[in-house]
Amino acid sequence: MGLRTPLYDTHVSLGAKIVDFGGWDLPLSFGSQLEEHHAVRRDAGMFDVSHMCVIDLTGARGREFLRMLLANDVGKLKIPGQALYSCMLLPSGGVIDDLIVYFMTESWFRMVVNAGTRNKDLAWIREHADAFGIAVSERTDLAMLAVQGPRAIAKTLPLLSASHRARALEIARFSGAALDSWFVARTGYTGEDGFEIMLPAQEAPHTWRALLAQGVTAAGLGARDTLRLEAGMNLYGNDMDESRHPLESGLTWTVAFDPDTRDFLGREALERARRIGGEVLVGLILEERGVLRSHQRVSADGASSPLGEVTSGTFSPTLNRAIALARVPAGTGPRVLVDIRGKPHAARVVKPPFVRNGRILVQVES
Amino acid sequence: MSNIPGDLQYTRSHEWVRDLPGGLVEVGITDHAQAALGDLVFVEVPQVDTLVRAGDGCAVVESVKAASDVYSPVAGRIVASNGELAERPELLNHDPYGAGWLMRLQRDPSAPGDALLSAAEYAQFLDAAE
Repeated sequence: MGLRTPLYDTHVSLGAKIVDFGGWDLPLSFGSQLEEHHAVRRDAGMFDVSHMCVIDLTGARGREFLRMLLANDVGKLKIPGQALYSCMLLPSGGVIDDLIVYFMTESWFRMVVNAGTRNKDLAWIREHADAFGIAVSERTDLAMLAVQGPRAIAKTLPLLSASHRARALEIARFSGAALDSWFVARTGYTGEDGFEIMLPAQEAPHTWRALLAQGVTAAGLGARDTLRLEAGMNLYGNDMDESRHPLESGLTWTVAFDPDTRDFLGREALERARRIGGEVLVGLILEERGVLRSHQRVSADGASSPLGEVTSGTFSPTLNRAIALARVPAGTGPRVLVDIRGKPHAARVVKPPFVRNGRILVQVES
Repeated sequence: MSNIPGDLQYTRSHEWVRDLPGGLVEVGITDHAQAALGDLVFVEVPQVDTLVRAGDGCAVVESVKAASDVYSPVAGRIVASNGELAERPELLNHDPYGAGWLMRLQRDPSAPGDALLSAAEYAQFLDAAE
């Protein structure tokens, strides 16, 4: 038996297919993964993401601490509730994890990190927090739901009291707000608008059922993966890890080199990598039938030696084509060959994301 | 509970076999297999005239989450494959024993008998696996 979220029994009673995900028993799907995917793109779907790790950092020097710890700069966060996506790096530049940090008050920042990296993340954060007098507390008392899709917000609002509803409507994109015991943020991992809600664990089952009653489709890890890949969002462990730095993982935009006086962990290594250049993460669209999968080898047209490999691949339900992220030398393209079961298949190099807010952003037909 | 028609034979790798007149057989994947794989999005069927032995990988079915080989339950020559599946792989989910058939083979009469399971034996095999 794996670790279980407060919604495990609810999922089982709804007929979910449960799989092991990094030690957690989580729903893969509740029926059709494709229908769950389309529900999020076209209407509203919800995911149990309670396995993710919520960490509260408290102490007067929180901002100073995070400006040292993270590759992105929390100095950009001016208004309480604002969120920032960042990598946390080793001195080598390798990615320990990617995360979201919310600025709550000057003495309280909230971080959400991946489930599979929880222990090493906490150890790393604690190791550096002491010197700044920061208290690190893991919020295992909270469950987390992601309600995503063009109708997600409208379908969540009826669950809130009138005063909370008014405040929820004012939440800007990529910001959150504490509404008593709930924390509601307009963030997610699907490329759609919506809310991520952190709430007391015991409130999760009836909230899930109330959202179902509002017509929100229950969705599992399968749809979560196809949605995030269409949205061009990385998966830790697939698209980057401790052996890869953000610049070769499509995450250059998340590294704040300015101001150059900010000395964050990993900065020196990234400065060096930036001068040298090297590999990049690109998007691929398969031009033939088939499905792209991680670790398939990518080569240039006509060349036999591989340039790189697919880091995440899947069938895109929105494009009705296989898509992937692949790590290749900078300047590769516009076409490559991908080895699928020993046969070369033509793919086109594109710039992710593939889909955002229900719209296809890449050219599907060549 | 998955559907296991009584008039077909089965393999432990979740293919079904339907006897047709003239030493022909039709092959597909079982209802249990399609449910376990989830939404199928790509099917690679074998080329006609390919010779296969029992147990040879001869088709690939891919769902959103994974690719899976389909093994020939019998020895013989491929005489037809279901081209409709290229456009409509979801037929495997919706009608695994009918419109979702994968291929037809002419059995090799000289090959040793194939160790296929009856419907009851396959049902028992699934129960034991769970």
